Amino acid sequence: MTKDINELFTKGKDFLDIYSKVAEFSKELMEENRKLQGRINELIARREAMLASGGDEQESGLMRRLEELKKEKQEILNHYRQVEEENKDFLHRYMEIETENNNLANLYVASYQLHSTLDLKEVLEIITEIIINLIGAHAFGILMLNEKRAVLEPVKAEGIPIEALPTVRIGEGIIGKVAKDGETYYRDPADKPLPTDYSHPLVCLPLKIKEETIGVIVVYKLLAQKAKLVKVDYDLFNLLAAHAATAIFSAKLYGDSVRKQATIKGFLDLLTH
Amino acid sequence: MGHRVLIVEDSPTMRQLVAFALRAIPDLQITEAVDGLDGLKKAQAGNFDLAIVDINMPLMDGLKLIGILRQDPKNQRIPIVIISTEGGVETKRRAEALGVNAYITKPILSGLVYKTVKALLEGEEAGGGEK
Repeated sequence: MTKDINELFTKGKDFLDIYSKVAEFSKELMEENRKLQGRINELIARREAMLASGGDEQESGLMRRLEELKKEKQEILNHYRQVEEENKDFLHRYMEIETENNNLANLYVASYQLHSTLDLKEVLEIITEIIINLIGAHAFGILMLNEKRAVLEPVKAEGIPIEALPTVRIGEGIIGKVAKDGETYYRDPADKPLPTDYSHPLVCLPLKIKEETIGVIVVYKLLAQKAKLVKVDYDLFNLLAAHAATAIFSAKLYGDSVRKQATIKGFLDLLTH
Repeated sequence: MGHRVLIVEDSPTMRQLVAFALRAIPDLQITEAVDGLDGLKKAQAGNFDLAIVDINMPLMDGLKLIGILRQDPKNQRIPIVIISTEGGVETKRRAEALGVNAYITKPILSGLVYKTVKALLEGEEAGGGEK
Protein backbone atom coordinates (compact mmCIF):
# COMPACT_ATOMS: atom_id res chain seq x y z
CA MET A 1 0.00 0.00 0.00
CA THR A 2 2.81 2.40 0.99
CA LYS A 3 4.56 1.44 -2.22
CA ASP A 4 1.53 2.47 -4.30
CA ILE A 5 1.28 5.81 -2.53
CA ASN A 6 4.96 6.47 -3.21
CA GLU A 7 4.52 5.70 -6.96
CA LEU A 8 1.52 7.96 -7.14
CA PHE A 9 3.43 10.72 -5.45
CA THR A 10 6.36 10.30 -7.85
CA LYS A 11 3.99 10.49 -10.91
CA GLY A 12 2.33 13.60 -9.47
CA LYS A 13 5.72 15.22 -9.05
CA ASP A 14 6.67 14.35 -12.64
CA PHE A 15 3.40 15.82 -13.89
CA LEU A 16 4.01 18.98 -11.87
CA ASP A 17 7.47 19.29 -13.45
CA ILE A 18 6.07 18.94 -16.98
CA TYR A 19 3.33 21.44 -16.23
CA SER A 20 5.92 23.94 -14.93
CA LYS A 21 7.99 23.48 -18.08
CA VAL A 22 4.95 24.02 -20.33
CA ALA A 23 3.98 27.10 -18.42
CA GLU A 24 7.51 28.43 -18.74
CA PHE A 25 7.57 27.69 -22.49
CA SER A 26 4.21 29.38 -23.01
CA LYS A 27 5.51 32.40 -21.19
CA GLU A 28 8.56 32.48 -23.47
CA LEU A 29 6.33 32.20 -26.55
CA MET A 30 4.13 35.03 -25.34
CA GLU A 31 7.21 37.17 -24.81
CA GLU A 32 8.54 36.31 -28.30
CA ASN A 33 5.17 37.08 -29.85
CA ARG A 34 5.06 40.45 -28.12
CA LYS A 35 8.54 41.27 -29.43
CA LEU A 36 7.61 40.28 -33.00
CA GLN A 37 4.42 42.32 -32.86
CA GLY A 38 6.50 45.30 -31.77
CA ARG A 39 8.90 44.73 -34.65
CA ILE A 40 6.03 44.54 -37.17
CA ASN A 41 4.53 47.76 -35.87
CA GLU A 42 7.93 49.39 -36.07
CA LEU A 43 8.36 48.27 -39.73
CA ILE A 44 4.86 49.43 -40.72
CA ALA A 45 5.50 52.80 -39.18
CA ARG A 46 8.84 53.05 -40.98
CA ARG A 47 7.30 52.13 -44.34
CA GLU A 48 4.49 54.62 -43.95
CA ALA A 49 6.98 57.30 -43.05
CA MET A 50 9.06 56.45 -46.15
CA LEU A 51 6.05 56.48 -48.43
CA ALA A 52 4.94 59.82 -46.96
CA SER A 53 8.38 61.36 -47.61
CA GLY A 54 8.54 59.88 -51.19
CA GLY A 55 10.81 56.97 -50.36
CA ASP A 56 14.51 56.95 -50.35
CA GLU A 57 16.65 57.70 -53.37
CA GLN A 58 17.03 54.08 -54.51
CA GLU A 59 13.33 53.32 -54.33
CA SER A 60 12.34 56.43 -56.30
CA GLY A 61 14.93 55.46 -58.92
CA LEU A 62 13.40 52.04 -59.20
CA MET A 63 9.93 53.54 -59.45
CA ARG A 64 11.07 55.81 -62.29
CA ARG A 65 12.65 52.88 -64.09
CA LEU A 66 9.43 50.92 -63.66
CA GLU A 67 7.44 53.77 -65.21
CA GLU A 68 9.92 53.99 -68.10
CA LEU A 69 9.65 50.26 -68.73
CA LYS A 70 5.86 50.44 -68.67
CA LYS A 71 5.97 53.24 -71.25
CA GLU A 72 8.47 51.35 -73.37
CA LYS A 73 6.28 48.24 -73.23
CA GLN A 74 3.29 50.27 -74.39
CA GLU A 75 5.32 51.75 -77.25
CA ILE A 76 6.45 48.27 -78.32
CA LEU A 77 2.87 47.02 -78.19
CA ASN A 78 1.70 49.99 -80.27
CA HIS A 79 4.48 49.37 -82.79
CA TYR A 80 3.60 45.65 -82.89
CA ARG A 81 -0.05 46.48 -83.60
CA GLN A 82 1.01 48.92 -86.31
CA VAL A 83 3.25 46.27 -87.94
CA GLU A 84 0.42 43.76 -87.65
CA GLU A 85 -1.90 46.17 -89.48
CA GLU A 86 0.77 46.78 -92.13
CA ASN A 87 1.16 43.01 -92.56
CA LYS A 88 -2.58 42.65 -93.08
CA ASP A 89 -2.42 45.45 -95.61
CA PHE A 90 0.52 43.81 -97.41
CA LEU A 91 -1.28 40.45 -97.45
CA HIS A 92 -4.36 42.12 -98.89
CA ARG A 93 -2.28 43.87 -101.54
CA TYR A 94 -0.40 40.64 -102.29
CA MET A 95 -3.69 38.83 -102.87
CA GLU A 96 -4.93 41.65 -105.07
CA ILE A 97 -1.72 41.52 -107.13
CA GLU A 98 -1.98 37.73 -107.40
CA THR A 99 -5.57 38.01 -108.63
CA GLU A 100 -4.50 40.69 -111.08
CA ASN A 101 -1.65 38.44 -112.28
CA ASN A 102 -4.06 35.54 -112.78
CA ASN A 103 -6.37 37.80 -114.75
CA LEU A 104 -3.57 39.24 -116.87
CA ALA A 105 -2.26 35.74 -117.64
CA ASN A 106 -5.74 34.69 -118.84
CA LEU A 107 -6.19 37.85 -120.90
CA TYR A 108 -2.71 37.58 -122.40
CA VAL A 109 -3.19 33.95 -123.43
CA ALA A 110 -6.70 34.57 -124.77
CA SER A 111 -5.53 37.53 -126.84
CA TYR A 112 -2.43 35.67 -128.07
CA GLN A 113 -4.42 32.62 -129.12
CA LEU A 114 -7.19 34.59 -130.85
CA HIS A 115 -4.72 36.18 -133.22
CA SER A 116 -2.55 33.09 -133.73
CA THR A 117 -4.37 31.86 -136.85
CA LEU A 118 -6.25 33.06 -139.93
CA ASP A 119 -8.23 29.87 -140.31
CA LEU A 120 -11.90 30.51 -139.45
CA LYS A 121 -12.46 27.01 -138.10
CA GLU A 122 -9.43 27.32 -135.84
CA VAL A 123 -10.52 30.78 -134.66
CA LEU A 124 -13.94 29.37 -133.67
CA GLU A 125 -12.18 26.49 -131.91
CA ILE A 126 -9.98 28.92 -129.96
CA ILE A 127 -13.01 31.01 -128.93
CA THR A 128 -14.63 27.78 -127.73
CA GLU A 129 -11.51 26.83 -125.75
CA ILE A 130 -11.37 30.26 -124.12
CA ILE A 131 -15.01 30.08 -123.08
CA ILE A 132 -14.62 26.56 -121.65
CA ASN A 133 -11.18 26.75 -120.08
CA LEU A 134 -10.79 30.36 -119.05
CA ILE A 135 -14.37 31.38 -118.31
CA GLY A 136 -15.73 27.98 -117.27
CA ALA A 137 -18.86 27.72 -119.40
CA HIS A 138 -20.48 24.34 -119.95
CA ALA A 139 -23.13 25.05 -122.61
CA PHE A 140 -22.83 27.86 -125.14
CA GLY A 141 -22.94 28.73 -128.81
CA ILE A 142 -21.63 31.19 -131.39
CA LEU A 143 -24.09 32.81 -133.79
CA MET A 144 -22.89 34.80 -136.81
CA LEU A 145 -24.75 37.48 -138.71
CA ASN A 146 -26.12 36.56 -142.10
CA GLU A 147 -26.36 40.05 -143.60
CA LYS A 148 -28.51 39.01 -146.55
CA ARG A 149 -31.21 37.47 -144.35
CA ALA A 150 -30.63 39.85 -141.39
CA VAL A 151 -30.54 36.91 -138.99
CA LEU A 152 -28.05 35.37 -136.57
CA GLU A 153 -27.22 31.78 -137.49
CA PRO A 154 -25.52 29.24 -135.22
CA VAL A 155 -22.03 28.28 -136.39
CA LYS A 156 -20.63 26.58 -133.31
CA ALA A 157 -22.08 24.94 -130.20
CA GLU A 158 -20.56 23.31 -127.14
CA GLY A 159 -22.40 21.29 -124.52
CA ILE A 160 -25.59 21.45 -126.60
CA PRO A 161 -26.42 20.20 -130.10
CA ILE A 162 -25.98 22.95 -132.70
CA GLU A 163 -29.43 22.13 -134.13
CA ALA A 164 -30.95 23.16 -130.80
CA LEU A 165 -29.67 26.73 -131.18
CA PRO A 166 -32.18 29.17 -132.67
CA THR A 167 -31.77 31.30 -135.76
CA VAL A 168 -32.58 34.76 -134.46
CA ARG A 169 -33.87 37.85 -136.26
CA ILE A 170 -32.04 41.09 -135.46
CA GLY A 171 -33.90 42.94 -132.71
CA GLU A 172 -35.95 39.88 -131.71
CA GLY A 173 -35.79 38.61 -128.11
CA ILE A 174 -32.75 38.90 -125.83
CA ILE A 175 -30.27 37.65 -128.43
CA GLY A 176 -31.64 39.74 -131.30
CA LYS A 177 -31.73 42.84 -129.09
CA VAL A 178 -28.06 42.34 -128.08
CA ALA A 179 -27.12 42.09 -131.76
CA LYS A 180 -29.11 45.25 -132.53
CA ASP A 181 -27.98 47.40 -129.57
CA GLY A 182 -24.47 46.01 -129.20
CA GLU A 183 -24.85 45.85 -125.40
CA THR A 184 -23.81 42.71 -123.51
CA TYR A 185 -26.59 40.94 -121.60
CA TYR A 186 -25.78 39.30 -118.26
CA ARG A 187 -28.05 37.39 -115.92
CA ASP A 188 -26.89 36.27 -112.49
CA PRO A 189 -26.99 32.43 -112.32
CA ALA A 190 -28.39 32.81 -108.79
CA ASP A 191 -31.37 34.80 -110.09
CA LYS A 192 -34.79 33.25 -110.56
CA PRO A 193 -34.37 30.78 -113.43
CA LEU A 194 -35.90 31.75 -116.74
CA PRO A 195 -37.55 29.22 -119.09
CA THR A 196 -35.02 26.59 -120.13
CA ASP A 197 -35.07 27.35 -123.83
CA TYR A 198 -32.23 28.70 -125.91
CA SER A 199 -33.69 32.18 -126.30
CA HIS A 200 -32.96 32.96 -122.61
CA PRO A 201 -29.18 32.81 -122.19
CA LEU A 202 -27.14 33.52 -119.07
CA VAL A 203 -24.84 35.78 -121.08
CA CYS A 204 -25.23 37.18 -124.57
CA LEU A 205 -22.16 38.93 -125.89
CA PRO A 206 -22.07 40.93 -129.11
CA LEU A 207 -19.01 40.38 -131.33
CA LYS A 208 -18.31 43.91 -132.49
CA ILE A 209 -15.97 45.64 -134.88
CA LYS A 210 -16.26 49.26 -133.88
CA GLU A 211 -20.05 49.73 -133.75
CA GLU A 212 -20.94 46.92 -136.11
CA THR A 213 -22.07 43.61 -134.62
CA ILE A 214 -20.99 40.62 -136.69
CA GLY A 215 -22.26 37.91 -134.37
CA VAL A 216 -22.98 36.94 -130.76
CA ILE A 217 -21.77 34.46 -128.18
CA VAL A 218 -24.57 32.97 -126.07
CA VAL A 219 -23.76 31.21 -122.80
CA TYR A 220 -26.49 29.03 -121.23
CA LYS A 221 -24.77 27.17 -118.45
CA LEU A 222 -21.55 27.38 -116.41
CA LEU A 223 -19.47 24.40 -115.26
CA ALA A 224 -20.78 22.72 -112.09
CA GLN A 225 -17.86 24.03 -110.02
CA LYS A 226 -18.36 27.60 -111.28
CA ALA A 227 -21.10 29.22 -109.22
CA LYS A 228 -20.99 32.69 -110.75
CA LEU A 229 -19.11 35.01 -113.04
CA VAL A 230 -16.25 37.02 -111.54
CA LYS A 231 -14.35 40.15 -112.58
CA VAL A 232 -11.92 38.37 -114.90
CA ASP A 233 -14.86 36.73 -116.70
CA TYR A 234 -16.31 40.13 -117.55
CA ASP A 235 -12.82 41.25 -118.67
CA LEU A 236 -12.56 38.15 -120.84
CA PHE A 237 -16.02 38.76 -122.30
CA ASN A 238 -15.00 42.34 -123.12
CA LEU A 239 -11.81 41.05 -124.73
CA LEU A 240 -13.76 38.46 -126.69
CA ALA A 241 -16.32 41.04 -127.81
CA ALA A 242 -13.60 42.98 -129.61
CA HIS A 243 -10.76 40.53 -130.35
CA ALA A 244 -12.87 37.51 -131.28
CA ALA A 245 -14.81 39.71 -133.70
CA THR A 246 -11.66 40.99 -135.42
CA ALA A 247 -10.14 37.48 -135.43
CA ILE A 248 -13.29 36.04 -137.09
CA PHE A 249 -13.50 38.96 -139.50
CA SER A 250 -9.80 38.67 -140.46
CA ALA A 251 -10.09 34.90 -140.92
CA LYS A 252 -13.18 35.36 -143.14
CA LEU A 253 -11.41 38.03 -145.23
CA TYR A 254 -8.33 35.84 -145.51
CA GLY A 255 -10.44 32.83 -146.53
CA ASP A 256 -12.23 34.94 -149.15
CA SER A 257 -8.98 36.35 -150.50
CA VAL A 258 -7.43 32.87 -150.74
CA ARG A 259 -10.48 31.62 -152.63
CA LYS A 260 -10.46 34.66 -154.94
CA GLN A 261 -6.72 34.29 -155.49
CA ALA A 262 -7.23 30.63 -156.44
CA THR A 263 -10.04 31.62 -158.84
CA ILE A 264 -7.97 34.36 -160.48
CA LYS A 265 -4.96 32.04 -160.71
CA GLY A 266 -7.14 29.37 -162.35
CA PHE A 267 -8.55 31.93 -164.76
CA LEU A 268 -5.07 33.23 -165.64
CA ASP A 269 -3.83 29.68 -166.11
CA LEU A 270 -6.74 29.09 -168.46
CA LEU A 271 -5.84 32.21 -170.48
CA THR A 272 -2.10 31.51 -170.68
CA HIS A 273 -2.31 27.82 -171.56
CA MET B 1 19.85 21.11 -113.66
CA GLY B 2 16.22 22.23 -113.92
CA HIS B 3 13.08 20.18 -113.57
CA ARG B 4 11.29 18.62 -116.54
CA VAL B 5 7.54 18.87 -116.77
CA LEU B 6 5.21 17.18 -119.25
CA ILE B 7 1.95 18.96 -120.09
CA VAL B 8 -0.62 16.63 -121.67
CA GLU B 9 -3.52 18.78 -122.87
CA ASP B 10 -5.38 18.90 -126.18
CA SER B 11 -6.24 22.60 -125.91
CA PRO B 12 -3.42 24.87 -127.17
CA THR B 13 -4.90 27.71 -125.10
CA MET B 14 -4.62 25.68 -121.90
CA ARG B 15 -1.12 24.45 -122.76
CA GLN B 16 0.01 28.02 -123.25
CA LEU B 17 -1.71 29.20 -120.06
CA VAL B 18 -0.15 26.42 -117.96
CA ALA B 19 3.29 27.02 -119.48
CA PHE B 20 2.81 30.75 -118.86
CA ALA B 21 1.86 30.08 -115.23
CA LEU B 22 5.00 28.01 -114.68
CA ARG B 23 7.40 30.43 -116.34
CA ALA B 24 8.56 31.78 -112.97
CA ILE B 25 10.03 28.41 -111.91
CA PRO B 26 13.73 28.66 -112.75
CA ASP B 27 15.26 26.35 -115.36
CA LEU B 28 11.98 24.54 -115.97
CA GLN B 29 11.89 22.51 -119.17
CA ILE B 30 8.39 22.02 -120.52
CA THR B 31 7.37 19.36 -123.03
CA GLU B 32 3.88 19.56 -124.50
CA ALA B 33 1.75 16.62 -125.66
CA VAL B 34 -1.43 17.23 -127.67
CA ASP B 35 -3.44 14.16 -126.57
CA GLY B 36 -3.26 11.12 -124.29
CA LEU B 37 -1.41 8.91 -126.75
CA ASP B 38 1.14 11.60 -127.52
CA GLY B 39 1.52 12.09 -123.76
CA LEU B 40 2.17 8.37 -123.23
CA LYS B 41 4.81 8.27 -125.97
CA LYS B 42 6.57 11.34 -124.59
CA ALA B 43 6.37 10.12 -120.99
CA GLN B 44 7.89 6.77 -121.97
CA ALA B 45 10.62 8.38 -124.06
CA GLY B 46 11.49 11.20 -121.69
CA ASN B 47 12.52 11.49 -118.10
CA PHE B 48 10.08 13.80 -116.35
CA ASP B 49 9.88 15.11 -112.80
CA LEU B 50 6.15 15.90 -113.01
CA ALA B 51 3.21 15.52 -115.38
CA ILE B 52 0.18 17.77 -115.79
CA VAL B 53 -2.68 15.88 -117.40
CA ASP B 54 -6.12 16.84 -118.69
CA ILE B 55 -8.89 14.22 -118.50
CA ASN B 56 -11.02 14.73 -121.62
CA MET B 57 -8.68 14.26 -124.55
CA PRO B 58 -8.86 12.55 -127.93
CA LEU B 59 -7.26 9.14 -128.60
CA MET B 60 -6.66 8.38 -124.92
CA ASP B 61 -8.25 10.06 -121.92
CA GLY B 62 -6.20 11.37 -119.03
CA LEU B 63 -7.27 8.78 -116.45
CA LYS B 64 -6.31 5.91 -118.78
CA LEU B 65 -2.96 7.56 -119.43
CA ILE B 66 -2.33 7.94 -115.69
CA GLY B 67 -3.30 4.30 -115.13
CA ILE B 68 -0.68 3.20 -117.68
CA LEU B 69 1.95 5.56 -116.26
CA ARG B 70 1.39 4.17 -112.75
CA GLN B 71 2.13 0.66 -114.08
CA ASP B 72 5.32 1.85 -115.76
CA PRO B 73 8.32 1.46 -113.40
CA LYS B 74 9.88 4.59 -114.87
CA ASN B 75 6.85 6.81 -114.28
CA GLN B 76 5.01 5.16 -111.41
CA ARG B 77 6.34 7.60 -108.82
CA ILE B 78 6.28 10.91 -110.69
CA PRO B 79 3.90 13.51 -109.24
CA ILE B 80 0.82 13.98 -111.42
CA VAL B 81 -1.46 17.00 -111.45
CA ILE B 82 -4.84 16.79 -113.14
CA ILE B 83 -6.30 19.96 -114.64
CA SER B 84 -9.82 19.29 -115.87
CA THR B 85 -13.31 20.63 -116.40
CA GLU B 86 -14.52 17.45 -114.64
CA GLY B 87 -15.35 18.53 -111.11
CA GLY B 88 -17.44 15.50 -110.09
CA VAL B 89 -16.70 13.60 -106.89
CA GLU B 90 -16.56 10.25 -108.67
CA THR B 91 -13.91 11.41 -111.15
CA LYS B 92 -11.86 12.89 -108.33
CA ARG B 93 -12.15 9.60 -106.42
CA ARG B 94 -10.93 7.67 -109.47
CA ALA B 95 -8.02 10.09 -109.85
CA GLU B 96 -7.12 9.69 -106.19
CA ALA B 97 -7.21 5.90 -106.52
CA LEU B 98 -4.71 6.21 -109.38
CA GLY B 99 -2.33 8.13 -107.12
CA VAL B 100 -2.86 11.60 -108.55
CA ASN B 101 -1.09 14.16 -106.36
CA ALA B 102 -3.26 17.21 -107.06
CA TYR B 103 -6.54 17.91 -108.82
CA ILE B 104 -7.31 21.36 -110.18
CA THR B 105 -10.63 22.14 -111.84
CA LYS B 106 -11.06 24.56 -114.73
CA PRO B 107 -11.27 27.48 -115.07
CA ILE B 108 -7.82 27.61 -113.54
CA LEU B 109 -5.97 30.31 -111.64
CA SER B 110 -2.39 30.46 -112.91
CA GLY B 111 -1.18 31.29 -109.38
CA LEU B 112 -2.69 28.07 -108.05
CA VAL B 113 -1.08 26.00 -110.83
CA TYR B 114 2.29 27.61 -110.09
CA LYS B 115 2.07 26.98 -106.32
CA THR B 116 0.88 23.38 -106.74
CA VAL B 117 3.57 22.42 -109.26
CA LYS B 118 6.33 24.22 -107.35
CA ALA B 119 5.40 22.48 -104.10
CA LEU B 120 5.38 19.05 -105.77
CA LEU B 121 8.72 19.66 -107.51
CA GLU B 122 10.19 20.63 -104.15
CA GLY B 123 8.92 17.37 -102.69
CA GLU B 124 6.21 18.91 -100.60
CA GLU B 125 2.55 18.03 -100.37
CA ALA B 126 0.48 19.83 -103.00
CA GLY B 127 -0.83 22.45 -100.61
CA GLY B 128 -2.14 24.68 -103.36
CA GLY B 129 -4.11 22.06 -105.24
CA GLU B 130 -7.59 20.86 -104.45
CA LYS B 131 -6.43 17.46 -103.24
